[in-house]
Amino acid sequence: MGDGAGLREAEVICAREAMSDHREPELYHAGEPESDVDEESDGLAGSGEVTDENCLLKKLEINVSEAEKRTGKNAVNMQETYTAYLIETRSLDGQPDTQNSPMDSLWRRYSEFELLRNYLSVSYPFVVVPPLPEKRAEFVWHKLSADNMDPDFVERRRIGLENFLLRVASHPVLSHDNIFTLFLTQDNGWKEAVNEANLQVKADSRLKSLNATFRVKNPDKRFTELKHYSDELQSVISHLLRVRARVADRLYGVYKVHGNYGRVFSEWSAIEKEMGDGLQSAGHHMDVYAASIDDILEEEEHYADQLKEYLFYAEALRAVCRKHELMQYDLEMSAQDLASKKQQCEELATGTVRTFSLKGMTSKLFGQETPEQRESKIKLLEEQIEEGQEQLKVQNAESREFVKNSWLEIERFKDQKNRDLKEALISYAVMQISMCKKGIQVWTNAKECFSKM
Amino acid sequence: MEPEPVTVPVDGSPGYSITPTNPLLLVSVPLSPDALRLDEDDDLEVFSKDTTLTDGNSFSPLLLASPSSMTNQYKFEDEPDAKDIFITVDEPESHINAIETFITYRVATKTSRSQFDSSEFEVRRRYQDFLWLKSRLEEAHPTLIIPPLPEKFIVKGMVERFTDEFIETRRKALHKFLNRIADHPTLTFNEDFKIFLTAQAWELTSHKKQGPGLFSRMGQTIKAVASSVRGVKNRPEEFAELGEYVDAFNQKISVLDKISQRIYKEQKDYNEELKEYGPIYTLWSASEEELVDTLKGMAGCIDKSCKDTNALNAKISQDLIPIIHEYVLYSETLTGVQKRRDQIQAELDAKVEASNNKKTDRDTLQEEIDKLEDKVECANNALKADWERWKQNMQADIKITFTNMAENRINYYEECLATWESFLSSQKWDFQMEIKQEDKS
Repeated sequence: MGDGAGLREAEVICAREAMSDHREPELYHAGEPESDVDEESDGLAGSGEVTDENCLLKKLEINVSEAEKRTGKNAVNMQETYTAYLIETRSLDGQPDTQNSPMDSLWRRYSEFELLRNYLSVSYPFVVVPPLPEKRAEFVWHKLSADNMDPDFVERRRIGLENFLLRVASHPVLSHDNIFTLFLTQDNGWKEAVNEANLQVKADSRLKSLNATFRVKNPDKRFTELKHYSDELQSVISHLLRVRARVADRLYGVYKVHGNYGRVFSEWSAIEKEMGDGLQSAGHHMDVYAASIDDILEEEEHYADQLKEYLFYAEALRAVCRKHELMQYDLEMSAQDLASKKQQCEELATGTVRTFSLKGMTSKLFGQETPEQRESKIKLLEEQIEEGQEQLKVQNAESREFVKNSWLEIERFKDQKNRDLKEALISYAVMQISMCKKGIQVWTNAKECFSKM
Repeated sequence: MEPEPVTVPVDGSPGYSITPTNPLLLVSVPLSPDALRLDEDDDLEVFSKDTTLTDGNSFSPLLLASPSSMTNQYKFEDEPDAKDIFITVDEPESHINAIETFITYRVATKTSRSQFDSSEFEVRRRYQDFLWLKSRLEEAHPTLIIPPLPEKFIVKGMVERFTDEFIETRRKALHKFLNRIADHPTLTFNEDFKIFLTAQAWELTSHKKQGPGLFSRMGQTIKAVASSVRGVKNRPEEFAELGEYVDAFNQKISVLDKISQRIYKEQKDYNEELKEYGPIYTLWSASEEELVDTLKGMAGCIDKSCKDTNALNAKISQDLIPIIHEYVLYSETLTGVQKRRDQIQAELDAKVEASNNKKTDRDTLQEEIDKLEDKVECANNALKADWERWKQNMQADIKITFTNMAENRINYYEECLATWESFLSSQKWDFQMEIKQEDKS
């Protein structure tokens, strides 16, 4: 298996059907799910499997281990500061001593990750491509800095980038991509390789115009539902993250104000004789309590990051739906075009005008064409019709393949999402339990001090 | 110490309407010139402003007792163990008339003391009446630490003077005030206190009239201002220490007050956010299939935490904040008590200075000086003893209050812990099921 584009061609060739010329252009019938899993689709894992045995992650250990501030010249030749991330890889080819062999490494910055992801999105439109960690800090509560250079932000981004690479490397389709492998291993010349590969699919830059609205006559109900779901997921997760940030902010306030108790108790203990010791030691516990919120909220940030990943995944999901819509639209346009050409041909051949056309009007007004002209027109149209039919066949087949592949991918994604989110929710509960236990301990200690006053 | 029974003179002078006992029909007393009349009445001997000697007990005629015997009085070693008087302040009611709106509170007393005519009393009192009682106690016992009253009213942020919250806070503070007096070994036998608890409205009004009027109070103020300049200079060391402690304590307690109120506010805000947080998980569950139970479970846990936080905060408001605030109010009392002690000493010091300067009249001055020396010693001893008592009470109060605060928080965290643990165990059980199913396939 080569890169992604090669994979798609192979599928299309397998699935092409023979069609007779007189059949109506076959549109993909909306609502008909492909129930059979194509056994020949190598590399696409069936639903329920976590990782494909052939995926890259089984063969290669991947880490994003460090982050470093750099300065350099940007595209417009101006000085800029950016952060570079160290990607370390090591082959896991079965030998027992590979654990200790040195790791290969190279440095990449965030914009290169973006380039990789764009390439993958365009090359594998039916794949729900894993998202990158956020470009700018959002859903910030007051303590966190919104600054991209802030060490906490950089650290969380490092983890997010590693997560991204691991997800791609464990993906049944994406992990086989050559450009991805080069990203991990080839320092120089990677960007050029990407640009070359991109030339093939630059024609699909119409994907960029996804913002444009277009009407699909026979939308696939499943994709429409999926789009709704991705919208809902995005909306609910962003709402959740916003409120969570506010909750965190308030909780921070509660804990930190208790720190003031610590200070005052300590000062007060200086003027008391009997109560002094009790106050002093209780004050210490108040300080401990106030300080404990920092770790608690840092852990919660990890939970927020897990949710954020799926917030961005929703975007990727929607992209797949939009791609399908675009294909469907193109298909409908082609079919429409073919139908109108056939009709024109028929009209010219039989001489009847069934529908209004400008040509018909002008010919009526300015005189009919000569039989020779008519003949050449009909010939031209017949050629076009044959081309159109071939194109429609291809488009239909492509569309069917897309739906089949994307639906498998979506099922895989759904399982992954359910697993990951459940784990995140459970981990949140575990965090709450830990927080309660800490609280019980500190206040039990404080209570003991108070009771000894 | 058996106090002598004293009868309260009943004044039926004109100008005061006899009000019915039904509090709902309470009519306000118009302010007439009679209110300021200072009638001399033989029965008022007991209430005379001759504070040259007596200090603690208004009833015992210890005019010429020696200082040492008086010292014994103030040791409070024989405080009654069994409580023989129970007072409650409740049932606030609003009264509206042409002139003003005010609140009265029901003051109910149950007692087995023989000084009281019966064993149960129920009267209605307004804040003004409490103010009156406090000033009477201060006058009668200038160097005893009189419990504080809640503030007159809080101007900031309140459009309406009497919100339910404000009234409830005040009611609790007034209840505390009377009970602290009742628990005080000296103050509990004060005659004005008894009248406060037992007299009907019109009786109280007339009795109030008979107290030392504005003029003598003004005279006191003038004296106080004059002597306050000299007051603090010659403070004996123990009282100087006391003064330093009081200053430091006042500062600490007022900061504690601020901190406690701030915690309450922050927790309230936290609670508000939590209220919005839980329902989002429920909303999310509507779009999901597999995750419905987990999401709904999360929502349930958060909603429960919300309730628990609210309950904890209510406890802070009801238990912690009032006590701390009372001790903030005590600061004024403590400062006042010191000033009055200083003032009494200043009187003595002035006389001594005068005696040193004037060679003549030394004998008469000496008599006065002796009286004043006794007075100072009484005052000092009273303050010392009451200060010790106050300190012990304070320590006990602080200890209990903060221990309870810690206890409440422990209970809160234990509740939350149980909520999340039961959620987790329900989820883990599902996990087990899923693993088994995966093994089968």
